[in-house]
Amino acid sequence: MTLRRTRGARLIALSAVVALGLAACSGGGKEATTDDSGGGANAAGSSGYTIAMITHETPGDTFWDKIKAGAQQAAKDEGVTLKYSNDPDASKQAVLIQNAVDSKVSGIATTLVTPDALAGSVKAATDAKIPVVGFNSGIDQYQQLGALMYFGSDETVAGTAAGKRIADAGGKHPLCVIQAAGSVALEARCAGVKSAVPGTENLQVNGADDGAVVSTLQAKLSQDKSIDYIVTLGAPIAIDALKAMEAASSKAKLITFDLNTEAAQDIQDGKIEFSIDQQPYVQGYMAVSSLYLYLKNGNDVGGGKAVLTGPSFVDKDNIATILPFTKKNTR
Amino acid sequence: MPTESSNRVTLSLSNRILARPEVGALVAAVIIFIFFLSAAPAFRSAESFFTVLYQSSTIGIVAVGVGLLMIGGEFDLSAGVITITAGLVNSMLCWNYGMNLWVGALVSLAFCLFIGFVNGYLVMKTGIPSFLITLGTFFVLQGANLGVTKLVTGSVSSPDISQIDGFDSLSAIFASSFKIGPVTVWITVIWWFLFVALAAWVLQRTRTGNWIFAVGGNPDSARAVGVPLIRTKIGLFMTVSFFGWFVGMHLLYRFNTLQAGNGVGNEFLYIIAAVVGGTLLTGGYGNAIGVAIGAFIFGMTSLGIVYAGWDPNWFKAFLGVMLLLAVLVNLYVKRMSTARKVG
Repeated sequence: MTLRRTRGARLIALSAVVALGLAACSGGGKEATTDDSGGGANAAGSSGYTIAMITHETPGDTFWDKIKAGAQQAAKDEGVTLKYSNDPDASKQAVLIQNAVDSKVSGIATTLVTPDALAGSVKAATDAKIPVVGFNSGIDQYQQLGALMYFGSDETVAGTAAGKRIADAGGKHPLCVIQAAGSVALEARCAGVKSAVPGTENLQVNGADDGAVVSTLQAKLSQDKSIDYIVTLGAPIAIDALKAMEAASSKAKLITFDLNTEAAQDIQDGKIEFSIDQQPYVQGYMAVSSLYLYLKNGNDVGGGKAVLTGPSFVDKDNIATILPFTKKNTR
Repeated sequence: MPTESSNRVTLSLSNRILARPEVGALVAAVIIFIFFLSAAPAFRSAESFFTVLYQSSTIGIVAVGVGLLMIGGEFDLSAGVITITAGLVNSMLCWNYGMNLWVGALVSLAFCLFIGFVNGYLVMKTGIPSFLITLGTFFVLQGANLGVTKLVTGSVSSPDISQIDGFDSLSAIFASSFKIGPVTVWITVIWWFLFVALAAWVLQRTRTGNWIFAVGGNPDSARAVGVPLIRTKIGLFMTVSFFGWFVGMHLLYRFNTLQAGNGVGNEFLYIIAAVVGGTLLTGGYGNAIGVAIGAFIFGMTSLGIVYAGWDPNWFKAFLGVMLLLAVLVNLYVKRMSTARKVG
């Protein structure tokens, strides 16, 4: 039996290889591109600095991928050695910061999503005279924790800005879709929307299963026909929302946070009204660059105040400029 | 039991019905159904019912395989992420090498069956519980999904494949829908019914079905009477992988792109569906119809809450209560049936 099975497996492998050869050159695949990573980049470590970046990224999120892309580009431009690590669990993130302190890096850039849990490690860093920069989250706490600078968007401000635009356009009953249960940042965005449009309602969906997102949204839209705006808090969820709206023949308008290629295309096609972009690429890039400038030149970007990377609106007016950048994973 | 010996106690029709694994789940499903009919006005339309069926089908298809595997006495924790692995293999191979999507789909199928084979082979050869082996596979696949996707596409989501050759025919098979009046019927619902019927037939009417019950109920005596233990169990793991591949194909051809980090957590939904549907965690007992009802209960509760318009923050808590209730009703009905059997 085992013999016959392996022979079968070999047959499958062989036919796959043959098919591979036969099927080459089918349209619609990867475009033949030349490497456009730009000349003149410095060799890693040529500046002599090592910067540790520690985030609360949950692996597999396109948003964090852009933060990382920005940080890597900055490291390349400035000849910095970048050490990236992440853990969504606050206590483990604290250990990672401690780790960076122990390995005596030149600077630390970290998200301060759970300031209380990270305070001890950040203090250990400043005690060891390692400069710390906060980014993405922790705008209210970064100074008291001892971080020098901060780059990010204020979630509540971003949510309120979105809500104001909805209210101005006559929206009364927006649905705010939360794709990760219990996320403080996502709740803050929805609360911001609600502060501008009191009729805002939240809906919890399982962001790890697109099929479930669509059917949950579809169910909500057919239950409540008075929903006039849908606010998704991540670009992939916006794509699911479009499918749900079509299935429930909903007349609601869609707005989203963040961007990816498909969402950018949908903005151009008018299917998504606008996106609130907090420019994750800039967050990653600035977190590394500001440390570089501080180490090299003693600069203080922001002059003691947080530097906001958003909310930046992407809509029909400026999508033509931005669309190409989403394809390069920088917007 | 085709040949019932004369000295055995013959059961009345009602007892025989009550002794079936899916009856508890069926009673629970009816109660939950009536509950939502009264609590959620939006639940009372044919459109809503078919949305619930769609939601149930994407869980239910893999749950059929997981149910069979659990009857055979094993677990598979890699069943959730393998759906994403299946889609990623197909989309990235075709996108990167400019292949026809059909070729990618078949390579992906072979790859998924291979993973199922490895799961089963390791469990049988090492004697390590399947819980641990497939937990390992779960992490390997989760990491590889992310790592390989990033390497190939430079991002953590797969490329859009809707312009590649073969897309139309494949999406017709895996992700099409048609209208009956105002009702949208997704093809996964049809496939789900077919797979359930097939699995029920195999379990109840074929020699393979007897083998599955035997290897789950008592592996040692099954081996002693000549049941091909290893082949049956490896086959069951490969069956789970097949259904995982199938749902992965649905996700890929419905959404054109996949996020590499998705699929995590669904393995528990499959197991929940199987358990609610009357499958014993210890193996040897259960049937395919029950698993389907379990998936339907999940679809109903997860969407019923939304149709009722309740505070979404309570979603998971409510879902948990519903599932516990379902299991309790299930248990109660089973007890009632066994109590009468003695008399």
